[in-house]
Amino acid sequence: MANVPSDLKYAKSHEWVRVTGDSATVGITDHAQHELTDVVFVELPTVGRQVNAGEACAVVESVKTASDIYSPVGGQVTEVNQAVVDNPALANNDPYGGGWFYRLKLANPGELQALLGPEQYLAQISAS
Amino acid sequence: MPVQYTSITAEHLAVRQAAGVFDISHMGEVLVSEPSAETFLNRTLTNDLRKLAPGHGQYTLMCNENGGVVDDLYVYRLTACEYLLVVNAARTEADVAWLKQRLQAFPQREGVGLRDISDQTGAIAVQGPVVVDFIGQCFPGPSTGGATESSVTGLNKNQIGRFSFGGAAIWVSRTGYTGEDGFEIIVPNALLEPIWNELLGLGGPCGLQPAGLGARDTLRTEACYPLYGHELDENTTPIEAGLGFFVALDKGDFVGRSRLADQKAKGVTRKLVAFKMSEKTAPPRPRYSIWSSAQDGQRLGEAVSGTQSPTLGVGIGLGYVPPAFAQPQTPLAIEIRNKRALAVVVPKPFYRKPN
Repeated sequence: MANVPSDLKYAKSHEWVRVTGDSATVGITDHAQHELTDVVFVELPTVGRQVNAGEACAVVESVKTASDIYSPVGGQVTEVNQAVVDNPALANNDPYGGGWFYRLKLANPGELQALLGPEQYLAQISAS
Repeated sequence: MPVQYTSITAEHLAVRQAAGVFDISHMGEVLVSEPSAETFLNRTLTNDLRKLAPGHGQYTLMCNENGGVVDDLYVYRLTACEYLLVVNAARTEADVAWLKQRLQAFPQREGVGLRDISDQTGAIAVQGPVVVDFIGQCFPGPSTGGATESSVTGLNKNQIGRFSFGGAAIWVSRTGYTGEDGFEIIVPNALLEPIWNELLGLGGPCGLQPAGLGARDTLRTEACYPLYGHELDENTTPIEAGLGFFVALDKGDFVGRSRLADQKAKGVTRKLVAFKMSEKTAPPRPRYSIWSSAQDGQRLGEAVSGTQSPTLGVGIGLGYVPPAFAQPQTPLAIEIRNKRALAVVVPKPFYRKPN
């Protein structure tokens, strides 16, 4: 049973968002890491980059496959998690904590409404 | 066999450090019997069968008239008059059709019995340094056919013996596809589940884990074993793939001999190399382009296998390049996600088991 924390918002493409003020932290969900299996490589956007909601901005590669990460929300990237770049297994072992990918300054907080809540995301992954 | 039971990396490391068990039942099995089986097979396969005493097997290839590989396989001499071929799952149908076609053209075909037993036969591979600690309890000796051994652990590499399980006869060979010590067990379908469970019961306490297709691929890539459809296909010869050791040009005529002899004498236009990534990058994968490392590099060929090596912690791959670029230490560039990442040709294999 995948872990779906109740304090996060979710994209259909299996990214999560944690909002603090006008800052958003983004990573991949427990379901996503489970499907990918052993993550061996993470490529993150450069700090300062402007991303749009739905834009591919990061890459996760596992032994099995490569996957594009789509930013659930738009804004300017303020911080990236070097720890997950150095130790990609964090994305598997701690996807909501130490395995976070990047932070951005929200350009349009209204975009959060378009994301899924925990119950909706859980329903989506249970159906698949 | 699933891609993984838990995780590819965990299963891979289990095989290297303890043991893994693979369901390889989709592989094909063909029995070929005398009196003319040896002559027929020696004309159809590249390696020299005459070397095989009963209870011995060898790695070999089956080629078409152009020397291209129809399949790579193991052939075992079970008894004085019977051979067992173990072929790739995806090639079983093509192989049986090829063998039947060759048999039609064979003058002493009345003296050859050919039987495809794949549908009734399954197989399990159990591989890793601790397998010897528990496998003898699963299949107590002595052997009743093939190699004369008092126990399965007495089998040498490439030997095969008949043992029993639950009162039924099974064949156990000291072979594998992982680069570790191990055994492959060839059984009637009905015995698959009981043997699988028995092995897990006996081996579990020693660290035995079920392992799937994903780990099977990363393990064989580290060992530089070819996979049909990647390193080998009908347009690739064993010489190009670096398998000339298994081509016995001096045994007499066999299908593909003239092209292979030509290549051994004059050289090839493409050679299989093993390469290791020299920088931190996403893993190389099959079909990724290989370039020379120069600024205005030229495209040299394609990777046929590639992965992140769980044992070495770096990207590794195999691919075909012109012979001029095939020496170890030659720098290469692998096109990964539209960027050319630096790599270097290394000697094969990437991994060799200790001692």
